[in-house]
Amino acid sequence: MKKKLGIAVTVAAIVGSISLGFTATASNAATPSLPTLTKGFLTIGTDDPAYTPWFDSNKPANGKGFESAVAFAVAKQLGYPASKVKWVKASFNTVIQPGKKSFDFDINEVSITPERAKAVDFSTGYYDVAQALITTTKSKIAKAKSIADLVNAKLGASVGSTSYATITGVIKPKAKPAVFDTNDIATQALINGQIDGLVLDLPTAFYVAAASLKNGLIVGQFAPKAGSDQFGLVLTKGSALTKSVSAAVDALRANGTLKALAAKWLSNTAGAPVLK
Amino acid sequence: MTYQPSPLRLQREAARRRVSRQSTLVALISTVAIASVLVIVVTGAPGFKLVRQSFFSWHYAVSAFPHVLSGLWLNLRVMVIAEIFVLILGLLIALARTSHSPILYPIRLMATIYTDIFRGLPLLLVLFLVGLGVPGLQISWITNSAVVLGTTSLVLTYSAYVAEVIRAGIEAVNPAQRMAGRALGLTQSQTQRYVILPQALRKVAPPLLNDLVSLQKDSGLISVLGAIDAIRSAGIETAQSFNFTPYVVAGALFVALTIPLTRFTDWLTRKQDRARVQQGQW
Repeated sequence: MKKKLGIAVTVAAIVGSISLGFTATASNAATPSLPTLTKGFLTIGTDDPAYTPWFDSNKPANGKGFESAVAFAVAKQLGYPASKVKWVKASFNTVIQPGKKSFDFDINEVSITPERAKAVDFSTGYYDVAQALITTTKSKIAKAKSIADLVNAKLGASVGSTSYATITGVIKPKAKPAVFDTNDIATQALINGQIDGLVLDLPTAFYVAAASLKNGLIVGQFAPKAGSDQFGLVLTKGSALTKSVSAAVDALRANGTLKALAAKWLSNTAGAPVLK
Repeated sequence: MTYQPSPLRLQREAARRRVSRQSTLVALISTVAIASVLVIVVTGAPGFKLVRQSFFSWHYAVSAFPHVLSGLWLNLRVMVIAEIFVLILGLLIALARTSHSPILYPIRLMATIYTDIFRGLPLLLVLFLVGLGVPGLQISWITNSAVVLGTTSLVLTYSAYVAEVIRAGIEAVNPAQRMAGRALGLTQSQTQRYVILPQALRKVAPPLLNDLVSLQKDSGLISVLGAIDAIRSAGIETAQSFNFTPYVVAGALFVALTIPLTRFTDWLTRKQDRARVQQGQW
């Protein structure tokens, strides 16, 4: 799942590597020998703006927010302390463009699909994600209890997201869905009543319903098939790092780090009823 | 005695033929050379295979085509409706700006402010203001349809451009034409309608068509408001497969849309030229 698709593809191509810089907190593990972009450093990409709760205050390098924390944990697992991690901005289009990327891996709520895996490499999944529908108390679907109640709703999603596929594949409303460049514009359309509801990944849905909407509420979530939608780290197709990065993610899953970080940074998402 | 070209003339003709042959040869060689350099540079690039795969994949072109085409149907409707309103509104504004009567001064002023503002504002901002700001006002009788509001934004912006083009055309008509029309007993508005405007619009047909072609492409920008047009359909497909071919498909369709319009302009201009030659106006 991914949020942004800039209007101009070309602009995206220009947004290259602008290092955010990271102030070193000294630590000197043995210099790792992975063939990274900059030897001795691990370069991690994410989009700008980086959204809460995945990041915090649009500062990926501060280690706050789920994905920032996961990225630093993966780096540490690979032998790169925080001082050896560089962050670069990478819009959606630069992440999916052919050829060499400006990062060693990108972390930005990208869902793993077999089709996408033909164009880029994915690590194993670091988060199992469900999709959720939010609306406002004034909306006509505020009291919807099942998918059948949504058939006449005008729903929205962000381009590039699995949320769109959830509308067209699971909810199947009569009206054509509205598709927006960013969640911000989609949220504004929801506030204006131009759409009746907005489909987002569950953690983002909780955040938007609580923080961006005055009278927002979560209608419910859509039962995912186990492991059917996972976020993965994105690497250049055929990258020499893919195996090591996947192994690092696997290790973090096995030792419970991923679960602990999700519990720390993502709201308890158990409260949303499952729509059938 | 039959005509016998002088040796000098024969010499001159031979020289001309030689020069002409030479320039054809040079043009040929330079075209072939530049084309082969381009082909070698592009196809020889280390990433060529990758680029071809992600921008020109037949598989993704075929699978994206129906989606992009159905998106294009929205573009088509938006552009036709917008073009009609743009031409009407643009003409009215141009007429207002070129009016001379003192009583019409406020209208002239308004028209000037309108063109200043809407030519200066980026279309994207107009789209956000109209498409998200107006529905935010929660006025019940104003639609909140993304397509209608998006088309309105296009009309607002483009009528400012078109008004300036038409105004230039009106001002390019010799003032004597107006006096001649009046001298023939036509009223002010008849002069405008039968003498000035036909000449003015003929003069500016190419730049006018240029603006309309530009409008056709910008019709896709309404997708920022949520409407799914050809470009947005391509974006959705691209996001699923991480392959950019759907954008190329959309691009090809847009080119296919604009070429007839350009050819039509050429044909129109040629026809007018011929008519004028026949009337001995040259």
